[in-house]
Amino acid sequence: MSAPAAAVGRAHPRLEGRAKVTGTARYAVEHPADGLAYGWAVQATVAKGRIVRVDTTAAEREPGVLAVLTHETAPRLNPVESPELLLLQQPRVRYRGEIVALVVAESLEAAREGARLVRLDYDTEPHSSVLTERHPSLYKPDHVNPAFPTDTCVGDFDAGYEAAEVRLDQTYRTPAYHNNPMEPHAATAYWADGRLLVHDSSQGTNDVRSTLGRLFELPAETIRVTAEHVGGGFGSKGTPRCTPVLAAMAARQVGRPVRLALTRQQLFGPVGYRTPVIQRIRLGADADGRLAAICHDAISQSSTIEEFAEQTAVLTRTLYAAPHRRTTHRLARLDVPTPSWMRAPGECPGSFALESAMDELAVACGVDPVELRLRNDTEIDPEEGVPFSSRNLAACLRDGARRFGWADRDPAPGVRRDGRWLVGTGVASAIYPARTPGASAEAAAGPDGTYQVRINATDIGTGARTALWQIAVDALGVPGDRVAISIGDSDLPPAYVAGGSAGTAGWGLSVDRACRSLRRQLDERYAGTAPPDGLSVRVDTTDEAAGLPRAPRYAFGAHFVEARVDVDSGEIRVPRMLGVFATGRVVNPSTARSQLIGGMTMGLSMALHEEGLLDQRFGDWVNRDLATYHVTACADVQRIEAYWVPDEDRGNPLGVKGLGEIGIVGSAAAVANAVHHATGLRLRTLPIQLDKLVDRLPVG
Amino acid sequence: MVRTSPRADLPEPPYRSPVRLSVNGRPHELDLDNRTTLLDALREHLGLIGAKKGCDHGQCGSCTVLLDGRRVKSCLAFAVAADGADLVSVEGLAEDGHLHPLQSCFVQHDAFQCGYCTSGQLCSALGMLDELRQGWPSVVTPDLAAGPDGLTEPEIRERMSGNICRCAAYPHIVSAIREAAAAEGVR
Repeated sequence: MSAPAAAVGRAHPRLEGRAKVTGTARYAVEHPADGLAYGWAVQATVAKGRIVRVDTTAAEREPGVLAVLTHETAPRLNPVESPELLLLQQPRVRYRGEIVALVVAESLEAAREGARLVRLDYDTEPHSSVLTERHPSLYKPDHVNPAFPTDTCVGDFDAGYEAAEVRLDQTYRTPAYHNNPMEPHAATAYWADGRLLVHDSSQGTNDVRSTLGRLFELPAETIRVTAEHVGGGFGSKGTPRCTPVLAAMAARQVGRPVRLALTRQQLFGPVGYRTPVIQRIRLGADADGRLAAICHDAISQSSTIEEFAEQTAVLTRTLYAAPHRRTTHRLARLDVPTPSWMRAPGECPGSFALESAMDELAVACGVDPVELRLRNDTEIDPEEGVPFSSRNLAACLRDGARRFGWADRDPAPGVRRDGRWLVGTGVASAIYPARTPGASAEAAAGPDGTYQVRINATDIGTGARTALWQIAVDALGVPGDRVAISIGDSDLPPAYVAGGSAGTAGWGLSVDRACRSLRRQLDERYAGTAPPDGLSVRVDTTDEAAGLPRAPRYAFGAHFVEARVDVDSGEIRVPRMLGVFATGRVVNPSTARSQLIGGMTMGLSMALHEEGLLDQRFGDWVNRDLATYHVTACADVQRIEAYWVPDEDRGNPLGVKGLGEIGIVGSAAAVANAVHHATGLRLRTLPIQLDKLVDRLPVG
Repeated sequence: MVRTSPRADLPEPPYRSPVRLSVNGRPHELDLDNRTTLLDALREHLGLIGAKKGCDHGQCGSCTVLLDGRRVKSCLAFAVAADGADLVSVEGLAEDGHLHPLQSCFVQHDAFQCGYCTSGQLCSALGMLDELRQGWPSVVTPDLAAGPDGLTEPEIRERMSGNICRCAAYPHIVSAIREAAAAEGVR
């Protein structure tokens, strides 16, 4: 591996590329160990109730079964912040699919058969699992994820709305979405000499380590959690999950290392999902489409176990100007699994509603939808009243329109035909917060002229390992083949979870500071060469990050989509998606493009394919695998392009804003808007599928 | 109940069979539980972790290997039923440390992110190119009788749709396969 001077900004293949294409990169349940045993989870078959009888006789009789852990037999755990993680501690069942037992056996086959033989009897209670606008449990949470105010109000929305020339009042619905990383949640746990080692499929092992420490009453330094390679997460591995806890409990119980992987079907619930959301948007504008009043009311769900409040309406606080504005969030507590982070929580579902409504407003005002967004652009954060650190939404819209060939678009819906296909185009804006969390990092120089960079960042496929290495190479000012980087291990200097699109900005700053400090010390004290026993520098950027300018800081983007709808069958195809983004400085154009098109494609998947279908009789989703819960496949993606515009912004000293999530923000709305332009049909409930179109299409 | 002793205390299960497999040119003789899938035989018994378990139900393609030259989802096959078979997994693609053209094109085109589906994509691509070479049509082939009209993007997309990539590296997978195939003389 080598990188020229100025590694940052140049495309570089992933450092672990060779390991991944040769099948040698090890994921969580692929680490060899002597005397391995295997775990298999058992899930509750009722939505609400109490386990009244446990019969493990048949399971224990199964050859190879070593132990059956239930609430009657599992090791006791100490309370932690998330009650979700107090697994197998009590007989109550809070949702269908909750993990209620774990079988440990000599082989996967025996564990699986043992799990089938565990018999649990329940006293059931009536459950409520369907989110509605009038659910009796609706309330106003204290804050929404992670710490935003629940409601905001500027000006007088009601008066502004009443006085507006053009008014729009619509409700948009999105179903539950399941993260479905390709690697199911999995962990291997070993106990030896009172120490615990866990290989976890996690987006951040520091939190996993501290949580395990509290659960098992162990000092943190006796626990090590690694996540060298992680098969995707998309938020679902961002918080400590059941797998490392169960694997550690099982390993302690049987006195052997235990591998535990959830099955694909078991992921639909216990590891989080995106809540269904009901959103009402009201827009009041003048005849030219200039917004006077904007209101976004969002209703979502959480479990009875703990509160998770999706920050659905938060983007409406910052995306467009309007003197009168209001946002609210209400939450229902249902007998369902706890929803959690899924790529751009808040902005993703919120942008579907807001950007669909903006398209409807453009139609109502007879204004081009790109022009409508430009007219409502703002250099001032409309709620905070202070300028953005940088705001290049207009540049994204204009550059995207130029690249896409938007200029001569006929606004009339449902009138373009190409053979069997009705053809239309749609646009949507995107916004995502740019954060710079503090982190620790270490840089060390060896006497042989090599360098080691150490930080507990996690690369879940984002390209973080390579981007941080590029930052280190530039900060050290040496050829890339002299620099090695270690990540994904809780024994390394602690760093923030891979989430919030904050990795490159926050971890990168810490790596940059450690490497520059090392370079300075080497140059000033050792004439540029490390002493015989090497030199190591460790930094923590918590204070520097906290002291950064406080101007509102966001990445922006614009999506352009062409959709085609078969005039007879309603079949939908998306031959082209184009996104332009303002995401600060791009460290590695190759991996950045992959992240952006990955997000855009997940938005396409949300628009057309994904839907958690809940059966209220059972209080659970009926489509619990990849044959019935559809995600976008290779044939669904045709031409897809991502670009970025110059976006100078030193609100982060490296100029980085982050781009892991913004690709999905607005993407589904752009598809829905293109379908409207193609057919004249406005779909306000996702997914858009042929059964919702076929009876209503223009006669061919 | 807890048993902590090693395998010796197990009753002799009646449901095991000897299984002979050639994997990447190396012969193996295994004694396997009849319920063991080909995927678990590779991963848990031979230590070949390249083939991945993404769904265990033949729905995601992460476990794809070549069985007697054809791509199969190894999670759907029982190892005992593959007795005597010749397997190629992702570990068998590189020769003497030199990456197969598909592997190097995947790296150069950034045709993966998390890497978990990659082994399956690579084996699937190898099998797919062979199917194409033999003239097998697909659902997007315009004239089924005439066979596929070369290695077009729609043909690749269609034929690779049994391999899900949640990171959505699809366009890069398609371009990597095209380049590798061109280097090998497939068009």
